[in-house]
This record gives sequence, C-alpha cells and structure tokens, in this order.
Amino acid sequence: MDLVSIALGGVASGMVLFIVSVGLSVTMGLMGFVNLAHGGFAMLGGYVIVYAMDAWGLPFFVALATGFVAVAAISIVLERLLYAPLYRASELDQVLFTIGLVFVMIAAITLGIGPETQALVLPDWLRGQTDLGFISYRTYSLMVIVAGTLLAIGLWLGFERTRFGAQIRAAVDNRRMAQSLGVDVGRLFTITFAFGSGLAAVGGGLGAEILGLDPQYPLRYLVYFLIVVSVGGLGRVSGVFFAAVLIGILDFVLKLYYPKGGTLFIYAFTLVVLLLRPQGLFGKRSG
Amino acid sequence: MTPPGFAAAQALAARHRFKWWEVLPWVAAIAAFFLFPTYLSFGTQVLITILFALSLDLVMGYAGIVTLGHAAFFGAGAYTVGILALHFGWNEPLSGLVAAAVVAGAIGFVSGVVLLRTQGLALLMVTLCTMALLEESANMGAAYTGGFDGMPGLEFAPIFGVFQFDPLFFRAQYLYALAVLLVCFVLVRALVYSPFGESLTGIRENVLRMHAVGAPVQRRLVVAYTISAALAGVAGAVFTQTTAFVNLSVLGLDRAAGVLIVLILGGYGRLYGAFVGAVAYMVLEHTLAKAYPTAWQLGIGIVLIVVALYARNGILGIAETLRGRLRMRRAS
Amino acid sequence: MRHGMKRLLIAAAMSGVAALAQAQTVKVGVVLTYTGVGAEFGQQITRGMDTFMKLHPDAFGSCKVELIKRDSKNPGGAEAKTAVQELITQDKVDMLTGFVFSPNAITTASLATAGKKPMIIMNAGTAWITNLSPMIARVSFSMWQSGYTMGQVAAKQLGAKTAVVGYTDYPPGKDELAAFKAGFESAGGKVIDAIPMGGPGKVPDFTPFFQRAKDKKPDVFFVFVPAGDHAVGVVKTYGALGMRAAGIKLIGPGDITQDNKLQAMGKDGVGLITVHHYNADLDNPENKRFVAAWKKEYGADSTPDFMAVQGYDGMAAIAHVAKTLNCKIDPGKAMAALKGWKFDSPRGPIMIDPDTRDIVMNEYLSELVEKDGKLYQKNLATTMAVKDKCKELGVGKCK
Repeated sequence: MDLVSIALGGVASGMVLFIVSVGLSVTMGLMGFVNLAHGGFAMLGGYVIVYAMDAWGLPFFVALATGFVAVAAISIVLERLLYAPLYRASELDQVLFTIGLVFVMIAAITLGIGPETQALVLPDWLRGQTDLGFISYRTYSLMVIVAGTLLAIGLWLGFERTRFGAQIRAAVDNRRMAQSLGVDVGRLFTITFAFGSGLAAVGGGLGAEILGLDPQYPLRYLVYFLIVVSVGGLGRVSGVFFAAVLIGILDFVLKLYYPKGGTLFIYAFTLVVLLLRPQGLFGKRSG
Repeated sequence: MTPPGFAAAQALAARHRFKWWEVLPWVAAIAAFFLFPTYLSFGTQVLITILFALSLDLVMGYAGIVTLGHAAFFGAGAYTVGILALHFGWNEPLSGLVAAAVVAGAIGFVSGVVLLRTQGLALLMVTLCTMALLEESANMGAAYTGGFDGMPGLEFAPIFGVFQFDPLFFRAQYLYALAVLLVCFVLVRALVYSPFGESLTGIRENVLRMHAVGAPVQRRLVVAYTISAALAGVAGAVFTQTTAFVNLSVLGLDRAAGVLIVLILGGYGRLYGAFVGAVAYMVLEHTLAKAYPTAWQLGIGIVLIVVALYARNGILGIAETLRGRLRMRRAS
Repeated sequence: MRHGMKRLLIAAAMSGVAALAQAQTVKVGVVLTYTGVGAEFGQQITRGMDTFMKLHPDAFGSCKVELIKRDSKNPGGAEAKTAVQELITQDKVDMLTGFVFSPNAITTASLATAGKKPMIIMNAGTAWITNLSPMIARVSFSMWQSGYTMGQVAAKQLGAKTAVVGYTDYPPGKDELAAFKAGFESAGGKVIDAIPMGGPGKVPDFTPFFQRAKDKKPDVFFVFVPAGDHAVGVVKTYGALGMRAAGIKLIGPGDITQDNKLQAMGKDGVGLITVHHYNADLDNPENKRFVAAWKKEYGADSTPDFMAVQGYDGMAAIAHVAKTLNCKIDPGKAMAALKGWKFDSPRGPIMIDPDTRDIVMNEYLSELVEKDGKLYQKNLATTMAVKDKCKELGVGKCK
C-alpha cells in the first residue's frame, strides 16, 4: 500500500478524534474540570443530526449546524445548572457527577429512542471514491480531512488572534492571574464549554460513518478522547490537532502491518509519552 | 510535666482506639448471612468489592494517588490463582491468596516505581494504560489465560480441607470472603494509624512540606502503592476462588471505574467509605436492575449526580456534616 | 345438618374446580443483556419471544408461564452468574433461558448442572458451550454452522480459489475463522491471510484492515464481525474502498447482513453474499406470518433478525417442554423432551440433535439485491440440516 493512502486514512480517523476532543481539552485546561461526559455531547449531537436529516429532510451540512446549535444550547443549560456548582469541588466529585451524567444520557437515549444503532445516510456525493488525479480515495475521508483542517485553522486563528482567545490562553496558563487582571473566567468557561460541546456534536455526526452511533457511544470512546487530550496537552488546540493526527496515523499503520497487536501499541505509546512528558507532547509544563 | 507533643500523641492514640460502632459492620455482615440466605452470592460480590475499594482507599484516600487502573492488580490476583489452579494443580485457597498478593504486589511495586512520578491527568492515563496493557496481554496469552473466554469451571480445595464451596449456595464463600476482609481490614486500619499512615496523609495534604522535612516521599508512595496492589490482588483472588471462573472482566476499565465510583460515593480517606459505598451502590444497582432490567441505569445516574452535587466527600461526608451541625447546636 | 353437609360438599367441589382452573405455573428465568453493549440484541430476542406468544397463545396448553427477567449487563459473566444463582435459589425457576454473550453462558453452565435446571441458549454461539453441561440445549447456532458451510459454498458455488479472512478478535471470531478455513480448504481453496480486526468492544475504523485485504488480491474476502454497529461499518468501508471494482467479493456469515441494518448500508451492500440460518426475506409461510406480526407490532421500519428468531424458537422449545411434561418440569424428562424435538421455525425446519443437544438447521446462501430502492436477501441455495461441524470433527474443546 502506498504512503499517500496510508497518510490519508490515518489523518482522516485522526480528524474525527480531533473534532470531538478539542472541546474537552480546552475546558479541562481552563477550569481543570474532569468532564467524563464529553463524549455524551458528541452522542447527543449525532442523534440530533440523524433526526434532522431523517425527519426534517435537512441536507447533511445544515444538519451538522443544527446539531452544533442544539447541543451547545443544551450544554449551556447543563453548565449553569449542574456543572457550575462543582467548579470548586474536588476532581473526584466531578468524576462522580460526570459519570452519573453519562449514565443518565445513555439510559435516556436507550429508553426514549431505543438501543439500536442509528443509521446516518450520507448524501450520494459523499459516497464512493474521488479521483484526485494521482490517487483515488474514499470521498468521505477526504471531506473529513478538509473539514477538520478548516476547523483547526479557524480555531487556531480564534485562539491566537482574537481578544477572546487571548483571554482563554491566559486563563489556561494561570487562572488566578487572569482573574485578577479582570478576566471573567466563569463566563469564559460557559462560552468555551458550549462551543466545545457543539464541536463534539459535529464530531459525533461527522464521525458516525466511522465510529457508529448508539447509546453506548460516550463510554466506548471515552478512553480514546482522553488519550488524545493527554498526549496533546491540556488547553492546546494545536496540541490536540497534532496528537490526534499522530495517533490516527500510528493506529492506522500498526493495524495495517501488525493487526495482531490490537490496541496494544496505542496504550504503550501513550504510556511512554506521558512518562517522558507528563504535560503531553505539546503542553506547557504546568507552573 | 508533660513532654512536648504529648497531647498530639494522645490524640493520635485516641484515634487508633476502637470505637464501639466499629463492630457494627461485622455484626451486620453476620446478620445478613442468616437473614438473606439466598442473597449470599451477591453478598460475596459486595464483600469482595469492599476489600477492593479498601485497597484503593489506601492509595487514593490516604496517599492521594488518583488512579484509573487499579483493576490491574485485582486482575493480576484473579489470574494468578486461576492459572495456578488450572495449569499447576495448585488449588489450595489460602496459599493461593498469598501467591496472588505476592504477584499483584510485585506488579504494583514495579509499576509504582515507574508511574508514581506523574500526577493529575497524566497519572490517571498512565495507570489506565498499564491496566489496558495487562488486559491485552491476558487476551493474547490465551494458552495460559483462556483469552476472551477466560477459565471457567475452576476447582478449589476446601478451606482447611473442610469447608467446601457450593456452586449454588454461597454460604462457605460468603464467610470466607468475610474472614479475608476482616484480616485485611485490621491490617489496613493499623497501617493508616501508624506513623507511616500519618506521613501518607501528610504527603497528600502538602507534598512540598513533606519534601522540606526530608521525608522520602517517593519511596513511601511506592510502598503504599505496593501494599494496596497486594490487597487488590487478594480481592481478585477471592473473586476467582468464590465464583470459580476468571475472564477479562477482572482487568477492565468497567471494574476500575466501578470501584472508583464506589469509593467516591462512600467517601474516600475514611476506611469505612469503602463499606458504605460498596453496600449503597451495589444494593441500589441490584435492586433497581432486578425491578427494572432495562431502566436501572437512569436511577443510578441520578443518584450519582445528586450525591456529587449535594454531598461533598460522599455519603460519609453527609453523615459528618450532620454530626458537625448537631455538635454546634449542642455547644450553643 | 343436611345443610351443613351440602355446604361442605359444595365447598369441596369448588376447591376442586379451583385447583383445576389454577393452572400450574412454569417459571422461566430469562437472562439477557437489557442494557449495555448488548442492549439491542436483548431487545431483538425479547421481541422474538413476545411474537411467539402472540402467534401461539395456546402453545403452553394449560400451563401458565411466568418470565422472570434479569439483566446480564456486560459480557463479563459475573452479573449473569449472580442472576442465575438467584433465579435458582430465590425465584425457584423451572428453566433458564437467554444468554447473549458466550461468557454469560460459559460461566453459568456449572450452575445449571448443580441446580438441575434445563438451560435453553438463545444466542451464545461458541461451539463447545453445549459440552459444558448436560442441562444445556441450544436453539441459536454454533459459529461452525455458517462458517464451515460458507467455506464449502465459496469454493464450490462461487468458484473461489483464494480467500482473505478478516475477523473480530475474540472466540466467536476465531471459531468462525477456523470453521471457514476448514470448509474452504477441504473443498480445495486456500486462505492466504487472516486479519484480526480489533476486539468486540468498539467498532474500529475498518479502512486499514480492508486495505490490507485489498492489497492481497484474493477472490473472496470473508468477514466476521459481531452483529450490530460493526456490520454497517464493514459494508460501508467495502464500498468506499472500491473493492468490488477490484474484483474482490465480500462474503460472510449473516452477521454482516443483519436484517435490521440492511437499509442503513445503502447501495454499498448490493452484491454481498452470505450464508446464514435466517434472514427476514426467507420464503416460507411461518416466516411470512412472523415478519407480518412483527411489523404490525413494532412498526414497518422494524425488521426481525436472526436474534429475534432465536428468541422465537427458544420460546417454542420452552412451550414444548411445558406442554409435554404437563407443566411439571422434571429436569431429566425436560432434557429428554428437548432431544430430538422438531419445529417449523420461521428459519425453516429445526431440530435439537439428540447427541449434542445443539441445533440442526438449514443454512441459506443469499445475495443482497436492490429492488425499488430497498435491499432484499435473494436466496441462491440452501444447505439442508446442517449440524455443528466442530463437534462432528472433534476440533479443540469440541471433543
């Protein structure tokens, strides 16, 4: 198999990881809030998107946008009502809360909609292969790569070039200092939380073709999201991006040439990286 | 004249002394044995979970090591007695426990030396990854471990050559698990009230100060981790011996996260949090799942959310807050 | 005095009537995955059981049947074991049924033996499970039935010389690989690569595995994955990688063409060839009735799959035992009644093999075709009365 298609395949699966995980990384970096329910927002998004296409007949990309808005709105409500009281609690109480929330999300979907897998039917132009001139490759993967890259650039610009982004970066690096300089960290958090959940929702819909979509989704992929976030470094958009792509490619190559190894290598890789650089490959050493 | 520090020493000694209510859990456990003769299989699972949560409390509640991979040691113990029984004909239960403790402790020691330099998210992830690596190895080493199917139908010799495990009525298994728990609990209790235990709490509360007073922080953490791993190994061994099987579920994230939830729910760093959490969580889940086989997760989820929101430090935290308020009222 | 006597007589007569009317209750413990990764399977089986009851209200004769449901939660087996133990000691059930994941059945087999409870397995397909207890009878399948048959059919009917096998890396997958290989190579084919494709827990991105298979250029690519999410991923990846254009046929057991997932596969699924013991498009009167009743109850979009029919047949087996034994379940007699039991199932005629207590049934070779924008299974050939080859050949633990 040629290098180009290996690279494309790996990058595509990395992109889905990136889109879902980036919100988790920023909110965890910002508030130190251990949000194990993050995958739940991706799942909710996936369901909204499938429903929007099925029941209202919305086109794929409009449905994705609907998913983003709906889940962002839900997450603002949840953040104000349930997350906010726990900001000062210990991280273990946060773990207890978010696991409880995952259980409720899983049960609600199972009871309300059913345990079966949801089918996201892609529009025809996203199926099959596209001829790029030098290689022909899965259209859907190419679309995910383009979407992920655009998103990464957009986020990076927002992070590095806007006042709001600067505030987030300052708060991630030193929350107390940012607060004393007049940054409203609570408001910052609400907005990033909603934005991050919305992105997860888009990831849930975009990734459904590869990762599937059923009520077990939030727990099934939790470890993968955590691996990407920890390897990338907390609160770093670029870190999450490179980590997701790196892990996507690594996973792809190992599966291709040594399928017997299963997921062994990903765990070993994460272990070694975090032992050598506990702050992640792209994170700053915490002060 | 009293020497300096005498009052403090006295206070410490007072903490160490047995209080009357510490008999209650054991009385309750014996009472349950007679009151619920058909629930003893479930009861045995509860006792095993208590022991497992107790081992986690030692590292998490006392030494402040937050781990997502504690099932690694539970699984190591479980597989040790399983492999010994199936492949080497070593099926005497008590010596099996010792073997399980040694193997799990050894893995705990080695991984502790390597892993305990990290903290926070990184620590969470490296412990998780270590456990996942063990799980994958157990999956791949099917010749010894039985792979995904595990090892069913294991046979163990009677305890002391007398008390035989009945597969249907778990009387002997329950009492055996209870006895093992009692012995381990006495050990843990002595340990946390010893100077060593106090120094662990010191590390959790202020690691810089412990460094400053010249305490060998790293070494103590590794020792605590090793002891905790050995205890978790014993819990795993009891699991295999009483249920007569072992498979990959002993090493999974489900089990590691489950015991973490149990301990947080009960209240960590309190010895009895393991008891309260395991009983509360498992009885609730068992009853709900029996009554509503498809919907029980909703109830559990809501309870966890409510406890996290309204009770800091778990159920025992509520009890302490209430007691504190009562005392305030009496004083005023 | 006379009045008193009369009253007494009437009372006695009435109590006699009451005893007759108060039918014997047969208690059945049902252990299924109602939550967690197997929740969808639990739902299919439950609906299959319910549909049987609806279509055969008299199947239990004068017996009343009481189902006590317990959630086996995860594939681990500890929960299932506690549930079965309590069903036997607390609820005093007469029979056990259900068992979705193989480890659930494997860990509880010893309890069926110890408690002398007939255990009717509705799914768990690891071949050697029936050897674990004389109280087990299986109405579902053994991995070897579809795998071995597919191997034979691939070489003979499809004319394949080389095959690559992709399988989910857990015992049913390994069983399926061994079975296909045995069938294919005994008919003159050659398996040139076997690719483990991750565990059953999560759906992997199949692209790298399928790329590897494509690079080997086999005649057929035989894939086994657990039914559910995996199946859709397999078919979509196959279509997206253009393997059909490269002349590689995708074949497998019916787990990859699970009936309720067909429409989600879209055009990518067309041309897929499978061997399985059931599909919803089978043309027989029992199946027509079954599917019609199902659609009426659960909606036109809902389709029964092989799990559903296994639940249906399991219920039929229980009813047969209850009726034969006049509602008094004696374990020895129950097992005797099950051995050699024959039934006209929606999947065609089935029988419990008296020697192995495993099912004997037809295996259907079918192709996925498109008609009016919907996908259908077109039956190409039927292999009649297939037994579990693993026990017949005495492979490994099946001895």
